[in-house]
Amino acid sequence: MPSSLPAALTRDLPEYTHGTTICAVRHADGVVMAGDRRATAGNVIAHRAMEKIYPADRFSGVGIAGAAGAAMEMVKLFQLQLEHYEKLEGAVLSFEGKANFLAQMVRSNLPAAIQMGLVVVPLFAGYDLRRRRGRIFTFDVTGGRYEETDFQAEGSGGRDARTTIKLSWREGMARDEAVELVIRALWQAADEDSATGGPDPIRGIYPMVATITDAGFEEVPETEVAERFAALVERTRGGPPAPSTPPARKGRATS
Amino acid sequence: MSMPFYVAPEQLMKDKADFARKGVARGRSLLAWTYADGILLCAENPSAVQHKISEIYDRIAFAGVGKYSEFDSLRRQGVQFADVRGYQYSREDVDARSLANAYAQLLTQVFTHEIKPLEVEILVAEVGLTAEEDQLFRILFDGTPVDEDHFTVLGGEAEPITERVKETYQADMNLQDALKGATAALAGPDRTLAASDLEVAVLSRLNGRRAFRRVEDPEAQALID
Repeated sequence: MPSSLPAALTRDLPEYTHGTTICAVRHADGVVMAGDRRATAGNVIAHRAMEKIYPADRFSGVGIAGAAGAAMEMVKLFQLQLEHYEKLEGAVLSFEGKANFLAQMVRSNLPAAIQMGLVVVPLFAGYDLRRRRGRIFTFDVTGGRYEETDFQAEGSGGRDARTTIKLSWREGMARDEAVELVIRALWQAADEDSATGGPDPIRGIYPMVATITDAGFEEVPETEVAERFAALVERTRGGPPAPSTPPARKGRATS
Repeated sequence: MSMPFYVAPEQLMKDKADFARKGVARGRSLLAWTYADGILLCAENPSAVQHKISEIYDRIAFAGVGKYSEFDSLRRQGVQFADVRGYQYSREDVDARSLANAYAQLLTQVFTHEIKPLEVEILVAEVGLTAEEDQLFRILFDGTPVDEDHFTVLGGEAEPITERVKETYQADMNLQDALKGATAALAGPDRTLAASDLEVAVLSRLNGRRAFRRVEDPEAQALID
């Protein structure tokens, strides 16, 4: 159950499908967003190929963590509203305008979050055409809207992903370095959090990674993501471990 | 107590139609021209902010001539209609035919029941996956829908412009030839039009999900020259 609810409210609730680790990292040309593909209902894997990163419009993306059904509905409505505004007014909303609008949508979900535990916490990131830089916004259940300066990760594996990013992030990273960083972050999150899915080469399912720059929202091709994970696995398995890879486990593992 | 004069329904309709026709004729003309990659929409419009042509949905565009405030309100209703339908059902369930029917109903309603008819003529264009599936619906001020093939002209000068288009129109032209043809047809033999006098947009099969794209003045001028 999501930790952002008071403990008293989280007991005896039915098990809904939940989304898990998403992150966004600012780099020299914009932002990179990434999310794993696993959805869980309690301890059961509900979906192996769920997408958690969506284009909100041409220059922004939204990642979702929390109750999957409510989150997908929120994204669908958000995308619709941005396009609707653009067509009616003949102009695109400002980046801040989009973030404020999403905050209202999160706020309006508060009753469902309190009564049924259907918490939805989106992550909003993109390229601000007026300020000419990448921007990242996070939200809380009450509709609070917070601008992050450099990076952020949400969901049950968010803490592990955030720590990984924090250790290597620096100002002015290139797009490729940022892509590599989010891949490492998701790897670490999947390593620590049972509700976060890692790369699945058997089924050919890999976390989704997208870049948003002044060229717009572009999904990183799955082949590139697969190659980066393969290289990461190779580094982890053989040779001296790179600083980013997890140390070999010693002692008893609990299950 | 005064009695209103009796006016024959025929006379009433005729007066309304004449009034609306005059209003539409005052506006400058607009044409839609299907070319190899989609549909070209070209209007004589010196204003860069008051658009006559706009996007309705993924593959659908709207164009209007006549009174700006009236067709702009119709455009907004069309965007609303399409967005709601796409949200409720699916994006592929939004099509030009049902939108044109909705417009026809609305215009008929206004023409019959309101004192003042709408002084507009509108176009709903949908680009198909192939050229054969391209659709053009012209809807007159009284709600009469007209289903057109290949090209259509709206506005006061429609007849002479249609004659000129017929002389040069060919299916499968590229954008440049289509725009040259469209500009010449709008201008007529006695004058030439520059990109700044025009509003140009395309519904292109090459544009991805949202087929609508405005062709801004520099690009349009380069194509015309």
